[in-house]
Amino acid sequence: MSTAIDIRSVVKRYGTATALHGVSLSIADNEFFTLLGPSGCGKTTLLRCIAGFEDVTEGEIRLFGQNIAGLDPNHRPVNTVFQQYALFPHMSVLENVAFGLKMKGVSLSDRTARAGRMLEMVHLSAFADRLPAQLSGGQQQRVALARALAPEPKVLLLDEPLSALDLKLRQAMRVELKTLQEQTGITFIFVTHDQEEALTMSDRIAVMSQGRVQQIGTARDIYEAPVNRFVADFIGETNLLEVTVDRIEGGIARVTLPGGHTITCPTAATTPGKHHISIRPERLSISAAGDLTATVERVVYLGTDLQLLARLTTGEEFHIRLQNSARAQVPAPGSTVALHLEEGAARLLAD
Amino acid sequence: MKGVRHYPGFLAMAVACLVILYAPLIVVTGYSFNGSTSITTWGGFSWRWYADVFTGPDAPRFKAAAWNSITIAILAATTATAIAVAASVAMIRGGRFKGKSATFALINLPLMVPEIVTAVATLIFFSAIGLTTGYMTILIAHITFCIPFAYLPIAARLQGIEETYEQAARDLYATRAQAFRLILLPLMMPGILSGFLLAFIISLDDFIITNFVKGAGMETLPTAIFGSVKQGIKPNIMAISTMMLAVSVLFVTLSYLVNRIGQRTRS
Repeated sequence: MSTAIDIRSVVKRYGTATALHGVSLSIADNEFFTLLGPSGCGKTTLLRCIAGFEDVTEGEIRLFGQNIAGLDPNHRPVNTVFQQYALFPHMSVLENVAFGLKMKGVSLSDRTARAGRMLEMVHLSAFADRLPAQLSGGQQQRVALARALAPEPKVLLLDEPLSALDLKLRQAMRVELKTLQEQTGITFIFVTHDQEEALTMSDRIAVMSQGRVQQIGTARDIYEAPVNRFVADFIGETNLLEVTVDRIEGGIARVTLPGGHTITCPTAATTPGKHHISIRPERLSISAAGDLTATVERVVYLGTDLQLLARLTTGEEFHIRLQNSARAQVPAPGSTVALHLEEGAARLLAD
Repeated sequence: MKGVRHYPGFLAMAVACLVILYAPLIVVTGYSFNGSTSITTWGGFSWRWYADVFTGPDAPRFKAAAWNSITIAILAATTATAIAVAASVAMIRGGRFKGKSATFALINLPLMVPEIVTAVATLIFFSAIGLTTGYMTILIAHITFCIPFAYLPIAARLQGIEETYEQAARDLYATRAQAFRLILLPLMMPGILSGFLLAFIISLDDFIITNFVKGAGMETLPTAIFGSVKQGIKPNIMAISTMMLAVSVLFVTLSYLVNRIGQRTRS
C-alpha cells in the first residue's frame, strides 16, 4: 500500500512556545487515521499544517511523495471539514458544494452535476437551493462533508467535525463517516479528543500529548498495549500503580505488586527498577485468593456495569468494574475483597 | 427589579432632554410649512417655502450648493469607504504587526481632534503646499474626516466574521484575491454599506472644515444656508433645513437597517 501522507520531524513554534516537537508519522493511502489527544496536544495544529493554514517551522510534509510544506492551501490537493463547518452563509447548499470545483475551473454544467451527485451521496438532494442557515446542525455537517469531498481531494482532513452535534446524531454520523470513507476510497485524517469516536472509526490512531506523538496503533493496540502512563490513562479507565520490577526478559516483566504478590506481565519498559503498571478495572475478578487485596468504599451503579471504588491495603485508590449480571456477587461497602488479575489485565509501562 | 420608569427623577430628566434636543427641530420643521413671510407668526399651512427653495430668487445658489454637496458626499464617502475596507482588513486580518495600536489611533484620530483644529490645520496645510482652495480641497478634507466614520461599522462587521470562511475558501482552491472577492467582501457588505451611508451623511452635513477650505465663491449646502442666515432668517431656510434633516434621518435609518439585516444573515 502506498503512503498518502508522510510527516517528517515536523516542528511548529509560535514565538517561544512550541506546539509540535518533531512529529513524524506516515499515513497509508485509503486509511482512516485519527489524531487523538486532549485539547492543546497539538493535533489541530498538525492538521492545520497539513492543510496549509499554518507553516511548519521545521520538517517536511510529503503528500504521495511530494513535499507540500511550503505550498499555499489552494495548491494542496487536500480539503478540510471544519469544526464549525464554515459553510458560506451567502451561498446556497449547491453553490457551497460546487465552490471548490468552480475554483478549479470546472464548467458550470459539470460542477452542478457533480455537486448534485455529492448531495445525493449525503442524502440532501432536496435541500440544494436552501441557505446553510436553514439547515439543522447534522445537515450542515453533511453539506460540509459533501463540499470537501466534491473536488476529489487526495486526503480529507476532519477537524473535530462531530463535536457540535448531539449524542444520537454523533453516533449516527460515525457510521456514516466510516461508510463514506470506504465508498470514496479517500484517505481520512480525523482529529478528535473523544476516544470513543477514535476507537470506533479508525484504522489506526495516533495518541498525542504536549506536541508529541505518544503512540501509534490500532484501537486494540493502544487500549491493550499502551506504551506509557499518558496513553494508558487517556484511553479508557485504568489503575496506575507504582511497582518494583525484578526482571525483564523477552518482553515479559516479573513485577512485585503492592502487598507483596508477584506476577508476570507484558512490558513496554526495558530496564528493571521502579515503574508504573496499568491494571484495567474490567479485567479483574473477585476470588478467594487474589493478587491484590482491597477494601470496597463505594459501589456505583452504572446500568450495564457496577463500579467499585476501593482502596488497596497499601493505601492506593483502586477501581474495579463488574458486569451487572444476575450471577454477580456484589461486595458490600466496607468489605475486604481479594482480586484476581485476569489474562491481559496488567501491563508494565515505560514511564 | 423595577423598570427604569420608576427611578427617581426619570420623568423630569427625560422630558428635559427631549425638549432641549428636539423642540428646536420641531419648531423649524413646523415653521417650514408656514404660509406667512414672518418666521414667528403662523399664517396657515403651505408649501410655498419649499417651492421658493426650488424656484425663488435664491434657487440657483441653492441648486449649485446642493449639487456640490451631493457630488462631494458621494465621492468622499466612496473613497473613504474603500480606504476603510482596506484598513479594516489590514487591522483585523493582518495579524500582529509593529505599530498596530498607533495605526488604530491614527485611523480614528479625526473623531477626537476638535473640528476647528482640523479645519485650521487643513487650511494651513493646503496653502503651504500651494493648493488653491475650491472643490478639490473640500473633497480631500472630506475624505480624510470620513474615514473613521466608514471604518467603525466596517471593522465591527469584519470582527464578527470568522476567519474560517476565508480558510475554507483557500482550502477549496480559491486564491487570496478570490477568497476576498467571493467570500469576505459579500459577508462584509452590510458593514460596508452602513459605513458608506454614515460617511455620506457626515460629509453632507459638514460645516466647519468645509467653511475653512472651500475658497471664495464655492458653496456647499451648509455654507450656503449659513450665508443666507447671516442676512436674516427667511422661512425658505427652514424648508431647506427640514429637507436636509429628512435626508439625514433617512440615511441614518438605512444604515441602521442594513446593519441589522446583516446581523441576521450572519450564521
